[in-house]
Amino acid sequence: MSIEAREARQPWILLSPSLAVITLLLIVPVLFIVVYSFWLRTSVGDVQPGFFLDNWQDALTDRFFRDILLNTLKIAAITTVVCALMGYPAAYFIARAKGNKALLLLLLMLPFWISYIIRTMSWIYILGTSGALNTAMEWLGIINEPIQMLYNETTVILGLVHFLLPFMVLNVYVSLEGVDTTLEDAAGSLGATKWQSFLQVTLPLSLPGLAAGGLLCFVLGAGTYITPAVLGGPRDAMFANLVFEAIITQLNWPMGAALSLLLLAVLGVLVMVYNHFLGLGQLMKGLG
Amino acid sequence: MDNTTRYQRLLERFQNGDIERRNFLGLIGAAGLAYGVQTPFAKYAAAQSVSEVRFDGWGGIVSEAFREYAFDPFTAATGINVVDGTFGGGDEYLARVRTSQPGEYNIAHLSGVFDYARYHNLGLSVELNEANIPNLDLCIPALSDAFRSISGGPLSAVPYDYGTTGIAYNRAYISDEEAQAQGARLLINEAYSGKIGGWADWRTRIWYGALQTDQDPNNIQDMEAVWDAVRQHRDLALRYWTSGAELMSLLAEEEIYVTEGWSGRIYALQEQGHDIGYIDPPNGFGWQECLFVLAGSPLEACEELLNFMLAPETSIAVAEGQNYPPALDPTQVDLGDKIPTLPAFDPTGTLSGLTFAVPDYWNGNEQEWSETFSRVQRGY
Repeated sequence: MSIEAREARQPWILLSPSLAVITLLLIVPVLFIVVYSFWLRTSVGDVQPGFFLDNWQDALTDRFFRDILLNTLKIAAITTVVCALMGYPAAYFIARAKGNKALLLLLLMLPFWISYIIRTMSWIYILGTSGALNTAMEWLGIINEPIQMLYNETTVILGLVHFLLPFMVLNVYVSLEGVDTTLEDAAGSLGATKWQSFLQVTLPLSLPGLAAGGLLCFVLGAGTYITPAVLGGPRDAMFANLVFEAIITQLNWPMGAALSLLLLAVLGVLVMVYNHFLGLGQLMKGLG
Repeated sequence: MDNTTRYQRLLERFQNGDIERRNFLGLIGAAGLAYGVQTPFAKYAAAQSVSEVRFDGWGGIVSEAFREYAFDPFTAATGINVVDGTFGGGDEYLARVRTSQPGEYNIAHLSGVFDYARYHNLGLSVELNEANIPNLDLCIPALSDAFRSISGGPLSAVPYDYGTTGIAYNRAYISDEEAQAQGARLLINEAYSGKIGGWADWRTRIWYGALQTDQDPNNIQDMEAVWDAVRQHRDLALRYWTSGAELMSLLAEEEIYVTEGWSGRIYALQEQGHDIGYIDPPNGFGWQECLFVLAGSPLEACEELLNFMLAPETSIAVAEGQNYPPALDPTQVDLGDKIPTLPAFDPTGTLSGLTFAVPDYWNGNEQEWSETFSRVQRGY
């Protein structure tokens, strides 16, 4: 075997364990889901194998699914914007902090040590009618009776922001760390105010990080199931909740498979658009 | 046919001259060889199957009662460890069982005749040897008969307890008189908008929709009226709760003032000192729970556990712990002082005062109604 051929094979040999794992744990299960999506649910809740387009026809043409999907994308978009507005200043503060960066980053990572479900449920004890916020406001005389704050779309967004904010901060932080601060000094020496140098130098240079954080927040937010289940009211549901209901409540695994693939396709298109314009490299930096 | 009978017949044939001595000895030898070969493996398999039984239930105070009054004493008495898991509902558990290997899940505390029928129809049932469960004779016959009618005679479960899903209300805001007068319509009273709750279960929502439109839940004639009632409740409700723990929390924290509720959970709230009223409206939702043995389970060990759990001392202790009347027939067994005070308790042992879901009717509509409810819940 020639040296060139050996060198060409070497990366594949090194990658083979990872490729095997990805194939077995990701590609094969997704293929199973694809196959399932063409089957049908029987009247007793079992599945009828075959090639039927009924589930796909329903998923693509039914207004109900379209509306919930659009609502899901809307909630994910609002969450992403809120995360960006809240996360950027925090990331800027950490990136420009002198001496305490490690501690600040540790504090940022701290919520990951607690279960996502517990973090989500904690809002019940903060915003509930007998919760910390209402109790404090009553004690301070700001309100006479508790305000109903829980179980609506706002609390769902709040829960998502709580969950996703660290992802945004980390991505923006990584991007800001890569910005040469002497460029800001140079802008200042040319007469720019601090605000101008931020707007015209720092912000444009950190946009890839902001975009990467935005993509991550959007994709994770659009695929969430727990937050609306815990903090939502009767009407509040996101697309993943419909997948759960189809599979668990209705025992309609084929329909659940079609719906989950539809969500995967929509989010996949979004990732492809991002990759086309910005590349996934920035995202990897943030995740790393 | 057991082995003793089989060998006795073989001996009889030999003594009658139907088979030769050489063949008789050959068959006995072959049987002995087969037994000798399989014994080490059978011993291994038996040791594996009887050392542990998995039980899945509803969690919370119910699981605590099982652990304290049934599992720990059972393990102490038999050496068989009981691994207990929890689930949020029969639907979720069914999905888990269907993706598992036979024998992975053994006994489940399932709700109602409805679940029994579904699990049976999906081929997840077994045929219990009732001779190994003598305490089954102490149970209310009507409860077992409902299961027998589904599985054609044999049982795959033993009845364990029963209760109702009635209306629970906070007495600080809603009087007993008002609750009695309004019945199921209390749940769609606009005066309590934003303070109403409900179980996120399509069966319960439809059942109460039927009651709110003066229909028989087991024979609904005007389904559109029921969906309208479900919509009305949805628009007034703050939250559809998804577990007993959440139900108790919502009422205790006064997030909601009125909801349907499980009788045992509401009794537990009352025991804790919360001033929560509870009524069963006419045709209120009655249900029974069973201990269902799943296909692939070690039957004899499961039967032993079931018999242990149905023993009056165990059954009564669990019932007092979880606040649901046991399946024991009160005309046969002295149930003590507390159980007769529990909501839904029927001293006659006939259960004629409760309305149960007709499994054929509800199973027949399951697919359409569960899918429609998903849409109605989201504003359609």
